[in-house]
Amino acid sequence: MIESDDFVNAIQDAGFDFFTGVPDTILGGVLDVLSQRRVYIPSVREDEAVAMAAGAFLGGKVPVVLMQNSGLGNALNVLMSLHLIYRIPCLLIISWRGFEGNDAPEHLVMGHTMPQLMEIIRIAHRTLSRDTMADDLRWARQTVMEQRLPVALFVKKGVVKTIQP
Amino acid sequence: MRPEEGVMQSRAQAMQALFEVLSDQPVIICNGFPSREAHKIRDRAGNFYMIGSMGVAASIGLGLACARPDRRVVVFDGDGNVLMGMGTLATIGALQPRNLTHVVFDNEVYGTTGNQPSYSRVVRLDQVAKAAGYATVERVWEREDIVYEFTDMLNSDGPNFLLIKVNEQIEDVDRVALDPSEMTTRFRVAVDADQPVRSREKG
Repeated sequence: MIESDDFVNAIQDAGFDFFTGVPDTILGGVLDVLSQRRVYIPSVREDEAVAMAAGAFLGGKVPVVLMQNSGLGNALNVLMSLHLIYRIPCLLIISWRGFEGNDAPEHLVMGHTMPQLMEIIRIAHRTLSRDTMADDLRWARQTVMEQRLPVALFVKKGVVKTIQP
Repeated sequence: MRPEEGVMQSRAQAMQALFEVLSDQPVIICNGFPSREAHKIRDRAGNFYMIGSMGVAASIGLGLACARPDRRVVVFDGDGNVLMGMGTLATIGALQPRNLTHVVFDNEVYGTTGNQPSYSRVVRLDQVAKAAGYATVERVWEREDIVYEFTDMLNSDGPNFLLIKVNEQIEDVDRVALDPSEMTTRFRVAVDADQPVRSREKG
């Protein structure tokens, strides 16, 4: 399992320097570390979060948005009619609730369709693993800056240590 | 009929007054006719014209204000937009960005889609902003008051909320013809955002 500290170090080392999002259990440890480092700005909705990230990019930052995949639904319109057409990048770190159908009912449809959904709207994505973490973040940084588009990194349960057992 | 109707400006007239006060402050302008009118009245590199993503103009402004505490950031918003993203008033009230001035042109209708009534004629958006914790909230409609309050807000700590009651008149304007990705680049140059990014990439 990846320590939250190590994950945040890797994100910051890759050059990302603006963090917002909406809480999720799987990302709880990461949000905790970001808050301790006083770099996290909480949002109240995922469409607000991705729009704040867009504003941060307009101001020269390289932004990250953390969210549960249910929030991806809230964010879709802003990603499609702002980021993708204005070429505004950000790294979306999305917890993969409902992976392989092992979750509460409300997560199953999004859990099943998320990768296809991202492919349909042409947002490149990877799934985080301990062995590929450094490479995943290098890829994310390189892709957002060269293509000026959002990319997504999916985080499954049990891959990054959370604050809850 | 509203009591202030007789002296109310159109949004374009109010916008004209605001542009006369502005110097180099970046302005995020909400989608629909507000962006089209701003583009016609005073096109400048520091204007970011939204053509979609209704409801998040203030969120973009907030992100920019947080990223760039050295710049005074202005948002031109509408009542329909604020109602759609009302949670952002709470985020702004909680974060207290001192460099953010949020202007709302309130015509009480969805003017871009045919003047369907909005709830701002019964829900006072200035009172919502006040309850959310904006540092300064003003509600104006006459040109002199618009200029006075906006000038004051650009020179004092925010977050500031300027509600301008305007009539329903819409200018005869075309869609913003600029390419969106070029607008992003132009805006980033105007706020000197490309410089820090480049230096980080070298380092």
